[in-house]
Amino acid sequence: MSEVPGDLKYTKSHEWVRLEEDGTATVGISDHAQAALGDLVFVDAPEVGTALSAGDACAVVESVKAASDVYSPVAGEVIEANEQLADSPELVNQEPYAGGWLMKLKLTDVSALDTLMDAATYEGTLDD
Amino acid sequence: MGSRTPLYDAHVGMSARIVDFGGWDMPLHYGSQIEEHHAVRQDAGMFDVSHMTVVDIQGGGAAVFLGGLLANDVGRLKEAGKALYTCMLTEDGGVIDDLIVYYLRDDWYRMVVNAATREKDLAWIGRHVQGHDVTVQERPDLAMIAVQGPNARDKAASCLPAGGADAASALSPFYATKIEDLFVARTGYTGEDGWEIILPGDRAADYWASFAAAGIRPCGLGARDTLRLEAGMNLYGSDMDETTTPLESALGWTIAWEPAERDFVGRDALEIQRKDGAPRKLVGLLLEDRGVLRGHQKVVVEGVGEGEVTSGSFSPTLGRSIGLARVPAAIGDQCLVEIRGRQLSARVVRPPFVRHGKARV
Repeated sequence: MSEVPGDLKYTKSHEWVRLEEDGTATVGISDHAQAALGDLVFVDAPEVGTALSAGDACAVVESVKAASDVYSPVAGEVIEANEQLADSPELVNQEPYAGGWLMKLKLTDVSALDTLMDAATYEGTLDD
Repeated sequence: MGSRTPLYDAHVGMSARIVDFGGWDMPLHYGSQIEEHHAVRQDAGMFDVSHMTVVDIQGGGAAVFLGGLLANDVGRLKEAGKALYTCMLTEDGGVIDDLIVYYLRDDWYRMVVNAATREKDLAWIGRHVQGHDVTVQERPDLAMIAVQGPNARDKAASCLPAGGADAASALSPFYATKIEDLFVARTGYTGEDGWEIILPGDRAADYWASFAAAGIRPCGLGARDTLRLEAGMNLYGSDMDETTTPLESALGWTIAWEPAERDFVGRDALEIQRKDGAPRKLVGLLLEDRGVLRGHQKVVVEGVGEGEVTSGSFSPTLGRSIGLARVPAAIGDQCLVEIRGRQLSARVVRPPFVRHGKARV
């Protein structure tokens, strides 16, 4: 059974979003996603300043098994990418919701988060 | 539900991620395939390889039969327990399977062949045994555990029956010995020292548990693949198949051309290819850019032609991607590989990439 923290929002493509106190959003991939991928060996994070729409492919996570695109859950501008992942991609496997975060966004429209799944709904889509 | 080895429950109990492998439910890893890989290179790891097929060839005609069936020469095996690695070929010189054969006695040889090719291999052997004084007995009652790593033999020795540890520890590489109901061979598929132990299926779970208690780490198929690739060892079905000869698969060294009078299935076709020179060969690749080599990626050799990656992965020991590729024989020491729409640079190297824990490229 994978971990699905209750305070986050989720997409069908297994990304999560956390709305921070300062109004920015942190994005990563879920525990289910990292387990399915296996040990990550490369993470190609998006460049700071990139403008994203919801659903845009914005990062690549590559494991021993396969490379996988990561899609932006909502529209926004990349204000920070997790530089630790260049040397330690395994952080995504070990702490998918904490140290393994991928990027931070300045949101175009915070209400877009309401269109995403809550934890219970996302958990219901998983068959593990 | 696929076929299950006697160790399936043990794998589940150890939190294995189970996947289908050629119709078998096998552990991909038990948490981290990269950590399992490092455990084998640095300490000791173990693999359930019970899905592989053990076939006993018995009878007075065994040596003659195998001498005509296999590309390597069992006539070289003169001491009890000595083993060799060989291909079994079609009439056209294509590889039906790769396997290890052990000489136990003049009238008893043991073959270990791949799981995925079991039916094909048994059918081929059955066809060719006609007229020979030989019986062919598959041994599905036997399980197999591979313990591998610099500390694997010491740790496993402590679990063997009293007196058996000395006999096992005295084995030279590519020799085997019987210890009570265990068949212990100093062989492996990782590039590290270790044993492959063939044992009764109903003893497998007990031995697996005692090896674990002795500090040998369970390792899955994911680590098995990255270890064998670093060691430059071929995987049947990926690096060679019935459309490729040993000479096109970096396995020329497994062909025993002498004695010249020994005819074996596929010899004539190989002789022609040896004389003319094989147009393709299997080489190692070290990716120089960020990325991961994977099977079927196109290889471009400027001014020469194209080839294909046959096996690729990320090398945990080297921290970069490595692979094997079938390319035009005239390749130099560089090429390009098409990965996700880009042409990335790769250096041609001669495997192994890693040996006894150390980088060789």
